[in-house]
Amino acid sequence: MKTARLTTPYLVWMILFTIVPLGIVIYFALTDSVTGQFTWENIARISNYGPIILKSIWLALLSSLLCLVIGYPVAYHIAQQKPSRQHFLYMLIMLPMCISFLLRTMAWVSLLDDTGIINNFIRALGLKPLPLIRTNAAVVLGMVYNYLPYMILPLYTVLVKIDPRLIEAAQDLGCNNGKTFRRVILPLSVPGVISGFTMVFVPAVSTFYISQKLGSSGTTLIGDVIESQFKAAYNPNLGAALSLALMVLVLICIGIMNRFSNGEEVVTL
Amino acid sequence: MAESIIRLVGCSMAFDNETVLDNLDLNIADREFLTLLGPSGCGKTTTLRIIGGFLKPTVGDVLFEGKRINDVPPYERKVNTVFQRYALFPHLDVYENVAFGLRNRKLGEKEIDDRVTEMLEIVSLRGFEYRSTEQLSGGQQQRVAIARALVNRPKVLLLDEPLGALDLRLRKDMQQELKSIQQTLGITFVYVTHDQEEALAMSDTVVVMDHGRIQQIGTPEDIYNEPKNAFVADFIGESNILDGIMLEDYSVKFFGRRFTCVDSGFRKNEPVDVVIRPEDVDIVSAGEGQLTGTVTAVTFKGVHYDTIVDFHGFKWLIQTTKYNPVGSVIGIRLDPDDIHIMHRSEYSGLYGDYSSYSEEYDELNDPELFPEDITEEVQEVPAAEGGEKEGSERENG
Repeated sequence: MKTARLTTPYLVWMILFTIVPLGIVIYFALTDSVTGQFTWENIARISNYGPIILKSIWLALLSSLLCLVIGYPVAYHIAQQKPSRQHFLYMLIMLPMCISFLLRTMAWVSLLDDTGIINNFIRALGLKPLPLIRTNAAVVLGMVYNYLPYMILPLYTVLVKIDPRLIEAAQDLGCNNGKTFRRVILPLSVPGVISGFTMVFVPAVSTFYISQKLGSSGTTLIGDVIESQFKAAYNPNLGAALSLALMVLVLICIGIMNRFSNGEEVVTL
Repeated sequence: MAESIIRLVGCSMAFDNETVLDNLDLNIADREFLTLLGPSGCGKTTTLRIIGGFLKPTVGDVLFEGKRINDVPPYERKVNTVFQRYALFPHLDVYENVAFGLRNRKLGEKEIDDRVTEMLEIVSLRGFEYRSTEQLSGGQQQRVAIARALVNRPKVLLLDEPLGALDLRLRKDMQQELKSIQQTLGITFVYVTHDQEEALAMSDTVVVMDHGRIQQIGTPEDIYNEPKNAFVADFIGESNILDGIMLEDYSVKFFGRRFTCVDSGFRKNEPVDVVIRPEDVDIVSAGEGQLTGTVTAVTFKGVHYDTIVDFHGFKWLIQTTKYNPVGSVIGIRLDPDDIHIMHRSEYSGLYGDYSSYSEEYDELNDPELFPEDITEEVQEVPAAEGGEKEGSERENG
């Protein structure tokens, strides 16, 4: 029990900066912005934002799925290499995370903009410029680009731990490479898939910066709405209610995903 | 000799220019129990992995029923493997582990069920179908691994130190069981072990290996009674190995004395290694002995006493049921068939003197506590292709 005392600093931190703010969020969500009286009105108004919430979830799911499809082969490939090379490739995946998230997103703006690098190039070829920026595709691209490492790293961690003898055993029992993957490697990597999916989905569903920079008014996401409630519209009570709704949604999503993992250990945020 | 099912012809294997197998020729007869026996790093596991298809020999051919199978992948070979430490699938229960190979063959659910059930019966694991493999004891996991391989009805079963992780008692039981399964099903077993007792107890044919070469092939009796060189004599059981000179057929000289023996066919006055098994020596009174020596150590071993006797500076191990106290002077007698003569080899002079008795004895009793422990570290390299697994292979083989 002595070690419990060592967690005191963290407990204090947790209470001050997580539990208390959460209480404040709940308080704001359930009070009127002008009178400060208790009200369900903020919660009721969440339904107005239903389509935006659904769209945020949809784009976040799509991004997570794309990250999975792109990231799995990469993680698998890295896990196959010699340890020294694994280390190098791992660092390579980590590298973009060392550069500011804002800067990386801005870089995409200058690439995709109507007068950006890609469209200038297209124009130089004498072709009609493409509407690249301010589309759903651009927002998804931004999410995939920014959150891909969060998919690759947990997948890699799981894949590298798979005992190579299990793969040999599968081959010995009649599995060709495809079957070995389907019947042994994939099932054993499910915990990695779930953590990767969660780690991409959660930040993606609540992002606002990416959608602001790469999207348009048509691609407003729930994160943008919350941000605008606190800043532009100055209605922190509605913002708090929306954050609360988002939090509940994220928890439900994580819960559903964990159902697939058969209680195996899963890294969540 | 029965028809051979697997042949290795001139197989060599090198990892990073280090030779692991050196021009190996091996015939494995159908339905025999063949054991590859040797110390860690002798190439036995490499040989097994070549047969299983996880490694391709650098040079040489692997033939299965007369056909070259060098390029046939493991999943198309009619062999199955019981892996070291089992390699059971952790995401599947006992039943699905055993059914794994059958499901790859698109058999009907009914046939799969019949065969899995029958196999679980054979390995006495009925009632454990839906257990997770992680809840099983080592011995039970071992049985699942055997059932998982045998349920496919392979022509040849490869076993890689399958009993290495079990305790002594369980090991003895499993030895019996494996032997009887092999005889009942009439399948060829190729068994890898470093445990000479295990090899002698179970095999029809023992292949003693060292440094990537076959040192001797024979029945357990042949290997024990007529070791071909000092390495085999020392590795199989206990041996006193002396320098001698073959004077002529049936006559050998060592310790300055001429002895009658049963060996012939050596050159006149050829220097030879003489092997005398500790249990073959008769102790008599000092006056009656062909040789006299002084007892320097006695250890009680249950059935017998291990007695170390000093003959002019060369110490012998003699196993006797009679107690001779340290310091007593005894004589020994050797019958002609107690004396085994071997040609000199690269191993001459390395083994057979019990002057460093205690250390050597420990080593023999405790050949290598789980060679897998070494493997584990090296197997960090998660290579699916055999060729990249050389690190572990060498430690293992």
